[in-house]
Amino acid sequence: MEDASRRTTLKALGATLGAAAFARAMAPLAAWPEDLSIDELLQRHYKELSRDDMVRVLRRLEQETLDQYGAVVTIDDVRPIPEVQFGYALNLSVCVGCRKCAEACHVENNHDRATNQSYIRVLEIKNGSVDLAMGTVDYDHAVPKKGRSYMPVQCHQCDNAPCVSVCPIEATWKEPDGIVVVDYNWCIGCRYCEAACPYHARRFNWHKPEIPAEEINPDQAYLSNRVRPQGVMEKCTFCLHRTRKGRLPACLEACPTGARVFGNMLDPNSEIRWVLENKRTFVLKEDLGTRPRFFYFFDK
Amino acid sequence: MNHARSYPAFLRDAVGVATDGGWPFYTWMTLLTALALVGVNAWAQQVVGGMGLTAMSDHVSWGLYIANFTFTVGLAAGAVMMVIPAYIYKDKAMHDVVIVGELLAVAAILMALLFVNVDLGRPDRAWHLMPGLGRFHWPVSMLTWDVVVLGGYLLINLHICGYLLYTRFLGRRPEKRWYLPFVMLSIAWAVSIHTVTAFLFSGLGGRPFWNTAILAPRFIVSAFVSGPAFIVLALQVIRRVAKVPIPDAPLHTLLGILRVTVLLNLFFVGSEVFTEFYSGGSHTASASYLFLGLHGHNALVPWIWTALAFNSVAAVILLSARAKSQLWLADIACALTFVGVWIEKGMGLIIPGFVPSTLHELVEYMPNELEWRVVVGIWAAGLIVFTLGIKIAVEIFAGRMRHQLPAAEPDEPQAAGGV
Repeated sequence: MEDASRRTTLKALGATLGAAAFARAMAPLAAWPEDLSIDELLQRHYKELSRDDMVRVLRRLEQETLDQYGAVVTIDDVRPIPEVQFGYALNLSVCVGCRKCAEACHVENNHDRATNQSYIRVLEIKNGSVDLAMGTVDYDHAVPKKGRSYMPVQCHQCDNAPCVSVCPIEATWKEPDGIVVVDYNWCIGCRYCEAACPYHARRFNWHKPEIPAEEINPDQAYLSNRVRPQGVMEKCTFCLHRTRKGRLPACLEACPTGARVFGNMLDPNSEIRWVLENKRTFVLKEDLGTRPRFFYFFDK
Repeated sequence: MNHARSYPAFLRDAVGVATDGGWPFYTWMTLLTALALVGVNAWAQQVVGGMGLTAMSDHVSWGLYIANFTFTVGLAAGAVMMVIPAYIYKDKAMHDVVIVGELLAVAAILMALLFVNVDLGRPDRAWHLMPGLGRFHWPVSMLTWDVVVLGGYLLINLHICGYLLYTRFLGRRPEKRWYLPFVMLSIAWAVSIHTVTAFLFSGLGGRPFWNTAILAPRFIVSAFVSGPAFIVLALQVIRRVAKVPIPDAPLHTLLGILRVTVLLNLFFVGSEVFTEFYSGGSHTASASYLFLGLHGHNALVPWIWTALAFNSVAAVILLSARAKSQLWLADIACALTFVGVWIEKGMGLIIPGFVPSTLHELVEYMPNELEWRVVVGIWAAGLIVFTLGIKIAVEIFAGRMRHQLPAAEPDEPQAAGGV
C-alpha cells in the first residue's frame, strides 16, 4: 500500500513537472495576442461579409494601422467596374531595365522596407534569347548594358490561374475584371499558391512588414495595398485601388521609357487593344495553359 | 455488458498502463517528452516571430516541414503492408501482430498533420480548412482532398485499433462485422493518402521536377519501403524490450516485401533520372541541381548520394542469403533504407522543385536550427503516441489489462509489465 501511494505521489509530481514544462515551452505565445483581436479571429471570408460587416472591418483595420504603425490611412473596399477587363502589355524593345517600376511598386503597395520587397522582378538576359535560364535579376551596373535585354516579370493575372485552383480555402480568387486577389484576413499561409505559380509572382509575409509611418501610402484598399499581416500571401493586384478608379498602375506611371501599356481590353479605342491587335505579342510559358493577361511585345 | 461503465474503465486503465512502468520506460518517455517540448517551444517562437525565423524564402517556400510531412504520410500508408498479408492472405503470424501496423498508421498520420500545421503562417486560422466551417475548395484543390483522406485514414485506424483493443480488454472475441469492413477500407484508403499527396506536387505544371506521372507510383513504392522497414525495427525492439514472444515469421514476410520494394524504388528513381538527363533542356535543371550541383550550387548533392548509397546497400544486404538467417543484418538494411527514403522523398524531392525557381534563379535552402527543433519535437511526439499505443496493446494482449467485473473492485493497479 505504501509503495502504491509513493508511486501515485511520484506520478503526480511527474505530471506537475510536465505541465509546468509545457507552459514554459508555450510561453512565447503570450506575445501573440498583441496583434490578434477576437474580431479578426472570427472574421468571415470577403465574399461573406455584408456591407455593414465590411465597413466595420475597414474601420478596425484603419485603427490597427494607426495603433501598430502610427499612420492615419483610409482603407476602401474598391469593387470592380462592370464591362471592364484589364490587360497589361510591356514593350521589350524599349525596356532598359532601370527597375523604376519595381521601386514604384515597393512604395505604392506598402511593401516591407527591410527586404526591399516588390511584386516586380526584372530579368537581364543576353541578347539572342528569351530563355529565362539565361537571365539574372542580380545585375548591378549601369543600364542598359550593351548586348543585354530586359524583361520585367510580375503577376500575369492568368485566366486559368494555378494559384487560384490550388488554394484549399478560396482565400485567393479571380475578380470579374480579371484581377487575381487575396483576402489577407482569410489566407492561412500554407503557401501552396506560391509553389503553384509558374511566374514567381506571389510573395509571403515571412515577418510582420516594417514601414516607417511617414512612408506609408495612406490611399489603401482591402484587397490590394493595405499593410499585410504577418504569415499571409500577397501579390500584384494591377494596383486595383488606383485602376478601378480610372488611374494607371504605379509601375506604369514610373516607367521612363513608356514600355508599359495598361487598359480595358473591351474598349476598342484603348491603347492596350491597339497593341494586342497590331503588335507581335507573346505570353510567358504559354505551353502551361495559364492564359496570362500580361503580354510582352516587340516594336519590330 | 454496460459500455457506459466499461468504456470509461478501459480509458482509465489505459491511462494507468500508459503512465506506469519500469525505469527504462520512464527514461524513454521523459526523453521523448523533453524533445517534444523543445519542439513546442520552437514552434511557439515561430508563430510569434513569423515563418521568417526558418530558412525558407519566397524562392524555396516549402522546406523541412513539408519534406517530413510527405515522408510521414508514406510511413502511414506503408503500415498497410502488415494489413494486407494479415487480412487478405490470412497470414496467421502476421495477424497476431498486425495491431503494430495499425498503431503506426495512427502515430504517423498524427505526425503528418502536425507537420502541415507547423508549416502554416496563420495556425490561428486553421479552422478555415474545416469542411462546413470555413470555405472548403473541394474538389478543385488537391489540398482539400488531402484533408479528407488524411482525416479519414486517421479515423478509420483509430476505430480499428480502438475496437480491437477494447473488445480484447473486455475478454471478448472481436466481431468481424465491426472491424473487417474498416480494415478492407483502410487498405484502399492507404493507397489514396499517398496518391493524393503525390498529386499535390505532380499536379503543378509550373514545377517540371514534380510534374511527372511517375511521382504517385514512386510515392507508393517508397512508402512500402519505409513502412515495413520501420515495422521490422519496431518488432525487434518490442520483442526484446517488452519481452513479447513475437516469432520470426512476420519479420520474414516483411523482409520478403522489402526485397521487392527496395529494388522497385531504385528502378523508379532510375527511370526518372534517365528521362530527366537523356532528354535534357532547362527542365533538367532541378535534377542536375540535385544530383550533380548547378553553377556551383550543390547543397543537396551529398544528401541524395547518401540516400542512393543507403538504398543500394540495403538492397544488396536484403538480397544476400545471410540476411535471411542473420536478422541483425536485415535490421541494418531496414535502418539504412528508412533513412535513405526519408532523404530521397523528403529533402530530395521537395527542395529541387524550387531550385532553380520558376524564373530560374538559384537560391538554395538548408533547414536552420529552429526547423530541426520543431521536426525533432514532432518525431518525439509521434514516438510517444506509438510507444503508448504499443504498451497498452501489449498489456491487453498479454491479459494483464483486463476488465474487472464491478464486484472485484479494481482499485488496486495490476502488476505492470516491464516495458
